Amino acid sequence: MSATAASPRELPVMDDAVPSWRLLLTLTVAGAMAGLAVVVLYDATLPRIEGYKAGVLRAAVTEVLHAPAHADTLWLRGGALTAARPAEDEARKTERVYLGYDANGRPTGYALSVAEPGFSEQMHLLIGYDAARHELLGMKVLESKETPGIADDIQRPVFTGQFTGRRAPLAGIKSADRERAASDPSAVVMITGATISSRAVLRGINRTIEHWQPYLDAYRPEPATAPHAARADGGRN
Amino acid sequence: MRCHAMPDVPGRRKPTASEDFIRGLWKENPTFVQMLGMCPTMAITNSVKNALAMGLATLVVQFGSNVFVSMFRKRIPNEVRISTYILIIATFVQIVDIGTEAIVPETHRALGAFIPLIVANCLLLGRQEAFAAVNTVWRSALDGLGMGLGFTFGLTTVGTVREILGSGSWLGFRVMPASFEPWAIMNMPPGGFFAFGLVLLSFAWWKDRQKRRAALDAAITAPPLARPILEEASV
Repeated sequence: MSATAASPRELPVMDDAVPSWRLLLTLTVAGAMAGLAVVVLYDATLPRIEGYKAGVLRAAVTEVLHAPAHADTLWLRGGALTAARPAEDEARKTERVYLGYDANGRPTGYALSVAEPGFSEQMHLLIGYDAARHELLGMKVLESKETPGIADDIQRPVFTGQFTGRRAPLAGIKSADRERAASDPSAVVMITGATISSRAVLRGINRTIEHWQPYLDAYRPEPATAPHAARADGGRN
Repeated sequence: MRCHAMPDVPGRRKPTASEDFIRGLWKENPTFVQMLGMCPTMAITNSVKNALAMGLATLVVQFGSNVFVSMFRKRIPNEVRISTYILIIATFVQIVDIGTEAIVPETHRALGAFIPLIVANCLLLGRQEAFAAVNTVWRSALDGLGMGLGFTFGLTTVGTVREILGSGSWLGFRVMPASFEPWAIMNMPPGGFFAFGLVLLSFAWWKDRQKRRAALDAAITAPPLARPILEEASV
């Protein structure tokens, strides 16, 4: 039989062909080793990372509520806010807000977490909010991966400083209309060149307030949340 | 099993350890000569601090993945080598990501999305394929170290130009007079292109100058008979 007439069955087979099980084994072992290395490191560093995040959150609560005497964590359980802390597993999944008190035990405002997709990834903010007056007390960016050099301006005081005293819902205005900000209590001047990030911040804040307002209006401080019993848990509990 | 194996080239001298190390620093610098890893070069060099941090993060990934790929090069079949190399690189990127978040959280915060993007830096896979897959662990470690440091040097150089012109400072310290008006564009991605072009131009000019000087010196010190030919060559 000539070479041109050979059927596929008769074509020469490479002697050094690697069996499929060997390829599969290589990838499986590599994947398992990679997974093991990452998980071991993750477990080893988790307490330190969570500790840092809790510290950042505590500092942010203090900043947006203007240094309250103490703060309490309120959990959203059964459609209402309560100071009773859920069990460990449930606590991680339960939505929460932080309520600040002054030295006389009077509530000064709530700190609300905001998560909103920005230009790059999810942005995490914390706002101070006076639910009775529908007024923001402050804003702090906890985590943002917006474009360095442009959209990271949302973290600078020139932008974050505008939120104090603004009424919800917020409305973004262009920098050319800056004068309007003085007369409109809801107006926030957006960042030129970072429109998507600025809009995302305002959208996230408005959405968060809209979500929490009914629960905050309905909440009445419980006896258990007396000043001596209250504290900001930094998000760990 | 078919694995990568570098054919021996008869008559070619084996590079020394120092040559393996220095290659990435200067002669084959990833940023200025190979022009690899342009995404972080443009994106995070708006400050020297960020450039240094990104360079060092890439150095750790390059060094670690070079060592591991070289260590297992005879065990990894050719057919699945790309998947395995990417897995090794991705693992080191994840380790660096978690490590920086635990050790230097502020820097991790500043680098934002760019640490995970190291996995897509073509310099890393390029060195696995071209070097680590066909050389010993020791030589691959030196290559990884040299390339990583060369990349750090490249980013820091571009970052220096951008931070000085864009913010009037270097590593956060003010170096320009108070009257200096910062070039805002240098803090934006287009500024990365300008600064990179400026640095490349300076390097090209400097190399050309060195070449001309060498040719001139050779012409002066050459024997009289050879002089006319060399002078002609140096024109």
